[in-house]
Amino acid sequence: MRYFEDFSEGNELPFGPHTVTRAEIIAFAVEFDPQPFHLDERAAADTLLGGLAASGWHTCALFMRMMFEGWLRETASMGSPGVDSLKWMRPVRPGDVLSGRSVVLEVRASTSKPDRGFIKMRHEVVNARGETVMVLENPIMLQRRPA
Amino acid sequence: MTFFEDIAVGEVSEIGAYDFSAEEIKRFALAYDPQPFHTDEAAAAASHFGKLCASGWHTLAVWMKLNVRSMQRLARERAATGAPLARLGPSPGFDELKWLKPVYAGDRVTFSYEIIGKRASGSRPGWGVVSIKNTGRNQAGEVVISFIGHVFVEQRGESSPGRS
Repeated sequence: MRYFEDFSEGNELPFGPHTVTRAEIIAFAVEFDPQPFHLDERAAADTLLGGLAASGWHTCALFMRMMFEGWLRETASMGSPGVDSLKWMRPVRPGDVLSGRSVVLEVRASTSKPDRGFIKMRHEVVNARGETVMVLENPIMLQRRPA
Repeated sequence: MTFFEDIAVGEVSEIGAYDFSAEEIKRFALAYDPQPFHTDEAAAAASHFGKLCASGWHTLAVWMKLNVRSMQRLARERAATGAPLARLGPSPGFDELKWLKPVYAGDRVTFSYEIIGKRASGSRPGWGVVSIKNTGRNQAGEVVISFIGHVFVEQRGESSPGRS
Protein backbone atom coordinates (compact mmCIF):
# COMPACT_ATOMS: atom_id res chain seq x y z
CA MET A 1 0.00 0.00 0.00
CA ARG A 2 1.25 3.47 -0.90
CA TYR A 3 0.77 6.34 1.54
CA PHE A 4 1.09 10.13 1.37
CA GLU A 5 4.83 9.92 2.08
CA ASP A 6 5.36 7.80 -1.03
CA PHE A 7 4.40 10.60 -3.44
CA SER A 8 6.51 13.55 -4.51
CA GLU A 9 6.20 16.41 -6.97
CA GLY A 10 6.76 15.34 -10.56
CA ASN A 11 5.71 11.68 -10.10
CA GLU A 12 3.84 10.40 -13.16
CA LEU A 13 1.32 7.60 -12.73
CA PRO A 14 -0.07 6.01 -15.90
CA PHE A 15 -3.57 4.58 -16.31
CA GLY A 16 -5.57 2.78 -19.01
CA PRO A 17 -6.10 1.72 -21.69
CA HIS A 18 -9.84 1.35 -22.04
CA THR A 19 -11.67 0.85 -25.34
CA VAL A 20 -14.95 2.77 -25.39
CA THR A 21 -17.82 0.88 -26.99
CA ARG A 22 -20.92 2.30 -28.67
CA ALA A 23 -23.05 0.15 -26.35
CA GLU A 24 -21.54 1.60 -23.18
CA ILE A 25 -21.80 5.18 -24.50
CA ILE A 26 -25.51 4.69 -25.09
CA ALA A 27 -26.13 2.76 -21.85
CA PHE A 28 -24.53 5.53 -19.76
CA ALA A 29 -26.40 8.23 -21.68
CA VAL A 30 -29.76 6.49 -21.31
CA GLU A 31 -29.33 6.43 -17.53
CA PHE A 32 -27.65 9.79 -16.88
CA ASP A 33 -27.43 12.06 -19.94
CA PRO A 34 -30.13 11.28 -22.54
CA GLN A 35 -29.34 14.07 -25.00
CA PRO A 36 -29.54 13.20 -28.73
CA PHE A 37 -25.79 13.56 -29.39
CA HIS A 38 -25.07 10.83 -26.80
CA LEU A 39 -27.80 8.43 -27.98
CA ASP A 40 -28.12 8.29 -31.73
CA GLU A 41 -25.74 8.74 -34.70
CA ARG A 42 -28.28 10.43 -36.94
CA ALA A 43 -29.42 12.93 -34.33
CA ALA A 44 -25.79 13.57 -33.35
CA ALA A 45 -24.62 14.29 -36.92
CA ASP A 46 -26.34 17.70 -36.97
CA THR A 47 -24.93 18.97 -33.63
CA LEU A 48 -21.77 20.79 -32.56
CA LEU A 49 -20.31 17.38 -31.63
CA GLY A 50 -20.66 16.25 -35.26
CA GLY A 51 -21.49 12.63 -34.45
CA LEU A 52 -22.20 10.22 -31.60
CA ALA A 53 -19.99 11.03 -28.60
CA ALA A 54 -19.82 9.92 -24.97
CA SER A 55 -21.32 12.09 -22.25
CA GLY A 56 -18.56 14.12 -20.60
CA TRP A 57 -19.73 12.61 -17.30
CA HIS A 58 -19.18 9.17 -18.79
CA THR A 59 -15.61 10.19 -19.68
CA CYS A 60 -15.20 11.30 -16.04
CA ALA A 61 -16.48 7.94 -14.81
CA LEU A 62 -14.19 6.02 -17.20
CA PHE A 63 -11.23 8.17 -16.09
CA MET A 64 -12.05 7.34 -12.46
CA ARG A 65 -12.12 3.62 -13.25
CA MET A 66 -8.85 3.76 -15.18
CA MET A 67 -7.19 5.77 -12.40
CA PHE A 68 -8.44 3.25 -9.81
CA GLU A 69 -7.06 0.31 -11.77
CA GLY A 70 -3.89 2.18 -12.69
CA TRP A 71 -2.69 3.36 -9.30
CA LEU A 72 -5.38 4.33 -6.80
CA ARG A 73 -6.30 0.76 -5.82
CA GLU A 74 -2.91 0.27 -4.15
CA THR A 75 -2.99 3.73 -2.53
CA ALA A 76 -4.39 4.66 0.90
CA SER A 77 -6.99 7.05 -0.60
CA MET A 78 -9.40 8.98 1.58
CA GLY A 79 -11.31 10.43 -1.37
CA SER A 80 -11.13 13.94 -2.76
CA PRO A 81 -12.49 17.32 -1.66
CA GLY A 82 -13.19 18.36 -5.24
CA VAL A 83 -11.91 19.32 -8.69
CA ASP A 84 -10.34 22.74 -9.29
CA SER A 85 -10.97 22.67 -13.03
CA LEU A 86 -11.95 20.17 -15.71
CA LYS A 87 -11.94 20.65 -19.47
CA TRP A 88 -13.61 18.42 -22.04
CA MET A 89 -11.38 19.13 -25.03
CA ARG A 90 -12.47 16.67 -27.70
CA PRO A 91 -15.38 14.27 -28.19
CA VAL A 92 -14.93 10.63 -27.14
CA ARG A 93 -16.22 8.37 -29.95
CA PRO A 94 -17.17 4.69 -30.15
CA GLY A 95 -13.98 2.67 -30.62
CA ASP A 96 -11.71 5.28 -29.03
CA VAL A 97 -8.94 3.78 -26.91
CA LEU A 98 -8.42 6.01 -23.86
CA SER A 99 -5.42 6.10 -21.57
CA GLY A 100 -3.56 8.75 -19.63
CA ARG A 101 -1.50 9.77 -16.66
CA SER A 102 -1.76 11.53 -13.34
CA VAL A 103 1.06 13.96 -12.56
CA VAL A 104 1.78 15.08 -8.99
CA LEU A 105 1.91 18.90 -8.93
CA GLU A 106 2.23 19.41 -5.18
CA VAL A 107 2.27 17.47 -1.92
CA ARG A 108 1.00 19.02 1.30
CA ALA A 109 0.49 17.49 4.75
CA SER A 110 -2.75 18.49 6.46
CA THR A 111 -2.14 21.19 9.06
CA SER A 112 -5.28 20.33 11.06
CA LYS A 113 -5.32 16.50 10.84
CA PRO A 114 -2.04 14.66 11.40
CA ASP A 115 -3.31 11.39 9.88
CA ARG A 116 -3.56 12.69 6.31
CA GLY A 117 -2.14 14.77 3.49
CA PHE A 118 -3.12 16.07 0.07
CA ILE A 119 -1.53 15.48 -3.31
CA LYS A 120 -2.58 17.94 -5.98
CA MET A 121 -2.68 16.26 -9.38
CA ARG A 122 -3.12 17.04 -13.02
CA HIS A 123 -4.78 14.19 -14.92
CA GLU A 124 -4.71 13.95 -18.70
CA VAL A 125 -6.85 11.54 -20.71
CA VAL A 126 -5.74 10.96 -24.30
CA ASN A 127 -7.04 8.94 -27.25
CA ALA A 128 -5.03 6.60 -29.50
CA ARG A 129 -4.15 9.50 -31.83
CA GLY A 130 -2.42 11.19 -28.93
CA GLU A 131 -5.07 13.91 -28.69
CA THR A 132 -6.02 15.09 -25.21
CA VAL A 133 -9.75 14.53 -24.69
CA MET A 134 -10.03 15.63 -21.06
CA VAL A 135 -7.78 17.31 -18.52
CA LEU A 136 -8.49 18.04 -14.86
CA GLU A 137 -6.71 19.20 -11.74
CA ASN A 138 -7.72 18.01 -8.32
CA PRO A 139 -6.40 17.25 -4.85
CA ILE A 140 -6.62 13.70 -3.52
CA MET A 141 -6.55 13.02 0.22
CA LEU A 142 -4.25 10.21 1.36
CA GLN A 143 -3.54 8.54 4.68
CA ARG A 144 -0.10 9.14 6.12
CA ARG A 145 2.01 6.06 6.73
CA PRO A 146 1.06 4.62 10.13
CA ALA A 147 3.82 5.07 12.72
CA MET B 1 -34.41 25.98 -24.20
CA THR B 2 -34.40 29.76 -24.08
CA PHE B 3 -31.96 31.60 -26.32
CA PHE B 4 -28.66 32.99 -25.09
CA GLU B 5 -30.03 36.55 -25.29
CA ASP B 6 -32.96 35.70 -22.96
CA ILE B 7 -30.93 34.08 -20.18
CA ALA B 8 -30.67 36.43 -17.21
CA VAL B 9 -27.65 36.50 -14.92
CA GLY B 10 -28.93 36.06 -11.36
CA GLU B 11 -31.75 33.69 -12.34
CA VAL B 12 -32.19 30.97 -9.68
CA SER B 13 -34.17 27.73 -9.92
CA GLU B 14 -34.48 24.18 -8.58
CA ILE B 15 -34.09 21.25 -10.96
CA GLY B 16 -35.23 18.33 -8.79
CA ALA B 17 -34.37 15.91 -6.00
CA TYR B 18 -32.99 12.36 -5.93
CA ASP B 19 -32.93 9.59 -3.33
CA PHE B 20 -29.58 7.78 -3.26
CA SER B 21 -30.14 4.12 -2.40
CA ALA B 22 -27.39 1.80 -1.14
CA GLU B 23 -28.03 -0.44 -4.11
CA GLU B 24 -27.50 2.31 -6.70
CA ILE B 25 -24.46 3.70 -4.86
CA LYS B 26 -22.82 0.26 -4.97
CA ARG B 27 -23.81 -0.43 -8.58
CA PHE B 28 -22.27 2.85 -9.83
CA ALA B 29 -19.17 2.38 -7.68
CA LEU B 30 -18.57 -1.20 -8.83
CA ALA B 31 -18.68 0.02 -12.44
CA TYR B 32 -16.61 3.19 -12.11
CA ASP B 33 -15.20 3.94 -8.64
CA PRO B 34 -14.72 0.75 -6.62
CA GLN B 35 -13.07 2.33 -3.59
CA PRO B 36 -14.23 0.23 -0.60
CA PHE B 37 -16.13 3.09 1.11
CA HIS B 38 -18.39 3.25 -2.01
CA THR B 39 -18.93 -0.51 -2.45
CA ASP B 40 -19.12 -2.12 0.99
CA GLU B 41 -20.98 -1.10 4.16
CA ALA B 42 -18.49 -2.72 6.55
CA ALA B 43 -15.46 -1.16 4.85
CA ALA B 44 -17.23 2.22 4.81
CA ALA B 45 -18.02 1.91 8.54
CA ALA B 46 -14.31 1.37 9.22
CA SER B 47 -13.29 4.38 7.06
CA HIS B 48 -13.25 8.08 7.94
CA PHE B 49 -16.63 8.40 6.14
CA GLY B 50 -18.27 6.14 8.75
CA LYS B 51 -21.05 4.93 6.43
CA LEU B 52 -21.57 3.87 2.83
CA CYS B 53 -21.45 6.96 0.61
CA ALA B 54 -21.77 7.70 -3.09
CA SER B 55 -18.86 8.28 -5.43
CA GLY B 56 -18.59 12.01 -6.12
CA TRP B 57 -18.84 11.15 -9.82
CA HIS B 58 -22.14 9.40 -9.12
CA THR B 59 -23.50 12.57 -7.48
CA LEU B 60 -22.51 14.50 -10.62
CA ALA B 61 -24.04 11.93 -12.98
CA VAL B 62 -27.31 12.13 -11.03
CA TRP B 63 -27.15 15.94 -11.23
CA MET B 64 -26.87 15.60 -15.03
CA LYS B 65 -29.81 13.20 -15.11
CA LEU B 66 -32.01 15.71 -13.29
CA ASN B 67 -30.60 18.59 -15.32
CA VAL B 68 -31.46 16.92 -18.65
CA ARG B 69 -34.92 15.99 -17.35
CA SER B 70 -35.52 19.59 -16.28
CA MET B 71 -34.26 21.01 -19.62
CA GLN B 72 -36.41 18.61 -21.61
CA ARG B 73 -39.48 19.50 -19.55
CA LEU B 74 -38.87 23.22 -20.19
CA ALA B 75 -38.33 22.54 -23.89
CA ARG B 76 -41.67 20.70 -24.12
CA GLU B 77 -43.47 23.53 -22.34
CA ARG B 78 -41.87 26.07 -24.64
CA ALA B 79 -42.66 24.03 -27.73
CA ALA B 80 -46.30 23.75 -26.62
CA THR B 81 -46.61 27.54 -26.72
CA GLY B 82 -45.14 27.60 -30.22
CA ALA B 83 -42.02 29.45 -29.07
CA PRO B 84 -38.82 28.65 -31.00
CA LEU B 85 -36.28 26.49 -29.19
CA ALA B 86 -32.62 27.35 -28.83
CA ARG B 87 -30.16 24.50 -29.32
CA LEU B 88 -27.84 23.55 -26.49
CA GLY B 89 -24.30 22.63 -27.34
CA PRO B 90 -21.81 20.60 -25.39
CA SER B 91 -20.10 21.83 -22.24
CA PRO B 92 -16.44 22.87 -22.38
CA GLY B 93 -15.99 21.90 -18.72
CA PHE B 94 -16.47 23.05 -15.15
CA ASP B 95 -14.59 24.74 -12.31
CA GLU B 96 -14.53 24.90 -8.52
CA LEU B 97 -16.20 21.54 -7.93
CA LYS B 98 -16.46 20.91 -4.19
CA TRP B 99 -17.57 17.65 -2.65
CA LEU B 100 -18.34 19.29 0.70
CA LYS B 101 -20.03 16.43 2.56
CA PRO B 102 -20.53 12.75 1.80
CA VAL B 103 -23.79 11.68 0.15
CA TYR B 104 -24.79 8.71 2.29
CA ALA B 105 -27.09 5.85 1.36
CA GLY B 106 -30.63 7.04 2.08
CA ASP B 107 -29.85 10.73 1.54
CA ARG B 108 -32.14 12.88 -0.59
CA VAL B 109 -30.23 15.52 -2.53
CA THR B 110 -32.05 18.55 -3.99
CA PHE B 111 -30.23 20.39 -6.78
CA SER B 112 -30.57 24.05 -7.70
CA TYR B 113 -28.70 26.52 -9.89
CA GLU B 114 -27.90 30.18 -10.31
CA ILE B 115 -26.85 31.78 -13.62
CA ILE B 116 -23.64 33.61 -12.75
CA GLY B 117 -22.29 34.72 -16.13
CA LYS B 118 -22.69 34.73 -19.91
CA ARG B 119 -20.51 35.72 -22.84
CA ALA B 120 -20.61 35.40 -26.62
CA SER B 121 -18.44 32.51 -27.86
CA GLY B 122 -15.23 33.61 -29.57
CA SER B 123 -14.74 30.31 -31.39
CA ARG B 124 -18.33 29.50 -32.41
CA PRO B 125 -20.25 32.36 -34.08
CA GLY B 126 -23.95 32.25 -33.24
CA TRP B 127 -23.35 30.65 -29.86
CA GLY B 128 -22.76 31.92 -26.33
CA VAL B 129 -21.30 30.35 -23.21
CA VAL B 130 -23.40 30.47 -20.04
CA SER B 131 -21.84 29.85 -16.61
CA ILE B 132 -24.01 28.26 -13.96
CA LYS B 133 -23.35 27.62 -10.26
CA ASN B 134 -24.95 24.30 -9.33
CA THR B 135 -25.60 23.31 -5.74
CA GLY B 136 -26.89 20.10 -4.12
CA ARG B 137 -28.29 20.03 -0.58
CA ASN B 138 -29.18 16.98 1.52
CA GLN B 139 -32.36 16.51 3.52
CA ALA B 140 -30.79 18.44 6.44
CA GLY B 141 -30.23 21.43 4.16
CA GLU B 142 -26.45 20.96 4.15
CA VAL B 143 -24.63 21.72 0.92
CA VAL B 144 -23.06 18.43 -0.21
CA ILE B 145 -21.82 19.53 -3.64
CA SER B 146 -21.30 22.71 -5.64
CA PHE B 147 -19.62 23.48 -8.94
CA ILE B 148 -19.58 26.06 -11.73
CA GLY B 149 -20.57 24.53 -15.07
CA HIS B 150 -20.29 26.11 -18.51
CA VAL B 151 -22.47 25.31 -21.52
CA PHE B 152 -22.87 26.49 -25.12
CA VAL B 153 -26.31 28.02 -25.83
CA GLU B 154 -27.50 29.12 -29.27
CA GLN B 155 -28.01 32.82 -29.92
CA ARG B 156 -31.28 33.94 -31.47
CA GLY B 157 -29.38 36.24 -33.80
CA GLU B 158 -30.87 38.79 -36.18
CA SER B 159 -32.75 36.74 -38.72
CA SER B 160 -34.47 33.94 -36.79
CA PRO B 161 -38.20 34.21 -36.12
CA GLY B 162 -39.37 35.05 -32.63
CA ARG B 163 -37.19 38.10 -32.24
CA SER B 164 -39.19 40.97 -30.81
